[in-house]
Amino acid sequence: MRQSAGVVIIGGGVIGCAIAYYLARKGCRDVVLLERYYLASGATGRCGAGVRQQWGTEINITLARESVRRFERMNEELGYRGDVEFKQKGYLLLAYTSRQVEQFQQNIRLQQRLGVPVRLVGPQEAREIIPILNIHGLLAAAYCPTDGHANPFHVTQAYAEAARRLGAEIHTYTEVTGIRVERGRVTGITTDRGSISTPQVINATGAHGGVIGRMVGLDLPLYPERHQVLVTEPWERLQDPMVISFHHRLYCQQTPHGSFIMGVGDPNEPKTHDQNATWQFLREMAGKITWLLPPLKDIRVVRQWAGSYDMSPDANPILGECGIQGFYTAAGFSGHGFMVAPAVAEMVADAVLTGTAPQPIRHLGWERFSRGDLLVEPSVV
Amino acid sequence: MNEQLTGPVYICRCEDVTLAEVWAALERGVTTMEEIKRLTRCGMGPCQGRTCRQLLARELGRVMGESPGAADMATYRPPVKPVKLGVLAGGE
Repeated sequence: MRQSAGVVIIGGGVIGCAIAYYLARKGCRDVVLLERYYLASGATGRCGAGVRQQWGTEINITLARESVRRFERMNEELGYRGDVEFKQKGYLLLAYTSRQVEQFQQNIRLQQRLGVPVRLVGPQEAREIIPILNIHGLLAAAYCPTDGHANPFHVTQAYAEAARRLGAEIHTYTEVTGIRVERGRVTGITTDRGSISTPQVINATGAHGGVIGRMVGLDLPLYPERHQVLVTEPWERLQDPMVISFHHRLYCQQTPHGSFIMGVGDPNEPKTHDQNATWQFLREMAGKITWLLPPLKDIRVVRQWAGSYDMSPDANPILGECGIQGFYTAAGFSGHGFMVAPAVAEMVADAVLTGTAPQPIRHLGWERFSRGDLLVEPSVV
Repeated sequence: MNEQLTGPVYICRCEDVTLAEVWAALERGVTTMEEIKRLTRCGMGPCQGRTCRQLLARELGRVMGESPGAADMATYRPPVKPVKLGVLAGGE
C-alpha cells in the first residue's frame, strides 16, 4: 500500500470505482481506493440494476441521460474483457390515477425538452410493449425505449480494472479507521492495514457516509433504509422493458440471463443496516407481481435479499467538498446511484481535480440542507 | 482437482460455470468465493450453490494454499428451495 496518495477514495462500490477510473484517466497518477469487504459488496451489488432517464427534475434527467451515453460504449471505453450487459429494452412507468397521469405529462415535457425519447402511451399500447401486462385499472404509461439495465458487478469490475491499468491502487478487505484533519484540512487516513498521507479524501460509502463524516467531525444527513429484492429462475423471454408502478411501489425486470429481478418498497422498512430478508416481503411481492404480470405465477423464486438505500433528506445525493478542505462526499443516492454513476463520477473527479464542482452537480452540495434549498424529486420508487 | 481431466470440467451445473472460468476469475485478482460468484455466476442458479460451493471452496483452498474451511461461504438466503411465485401469492 502506498504511503502517500493524491486522492484516497473510501468505498469500492460503483461510485467509488468509477471515480477512481475518471481520476486516473484525467491524469491523477496516485489514486488509492479502499474497500472494507470486496467490490460491489454493499448497495451496488444488491440493487435492482435499472438505468432510467425518466426523472422529474432537470438535474436527475441530465445525469441519467449523460450516464446512458457512457453505458452505451462502456465495454469499449473501459476495454473490458467481460460484458457489462447494458441492454436498452426500455422502461414502462404505469399510472393508475389522474394525478399520476398529470405528473407523468409534466415529467415527459421536461424529459423531451432535454432530449430523452419518452412518450405517454395508452393501456392498449402498453400491452403491446409488454404483452403479459395486466392492464386492469391502468390509465396510461410513460415509455422510454432507451432506458434499460446493466450488470452492477461487471460495471463495477470494469471501472476497477480500467482504473488499475491507469495506475490506481485498489485495496479490498481494508477498513478505514480514521481521517486526520489539521487546521481544517485533510492530511491523511488510517486503516487497519496502515496509514496513508493524503490531502484529499472522497467519501463514497453509501449509507455508511454518516460514519465517515463523523471521522472529520461532520454531521452528514445520511441514513440507511432497507429495501428488499428477489430473483427467479431463468425463463423464456416474456418482458423487454423494466416495469415500474409507483401505485404498487414495485419494479420488475427480466435480465439478459432470463431471470426476473423485482422489488417492492415498504414505507415501514427499518432505517438501519438490517439486511435480513423477510417473509412479508416475499408474500407481498408475489401477490402484487402475479396480479400485474400473471404468467410469472409459474416461475420459481430462487433467492431473496436486502440492501441499504443511502437516504438523504431530499432523496438526492450529496456531492462535492463538505465543510473540511479536501473532504469530498459522493453518497446519499437514495436508490438511484447505479444508474447515474458514470456521469456523476466524472463530475466528482472534475470537482476534485479543478476545485470547482461542474454544473449540474453544483446544486447537490451539502450546503443546500442548511439553506433549505432542497431538490425534491417526485419520481422515486 | 485433477488437471488431467480432459474437456470442460463443470463446477456449477445450474449456470454451466467451468473450472477454467473459475481460474480465469482468479487471474483477474479476486481471491474469495463471494467475488468469484459475482463475476462468474457460480452458485447463482436454482440450487443456490448446494453442489458447487463445496467444490469451489476446495479449489479456492488449493489455489490460495489454504484449507477449504477458510473460504468465505456466500450467505445462505431464503427460500430453502425454489418456490413458484403463484404458490407464494397463495393462488395454488
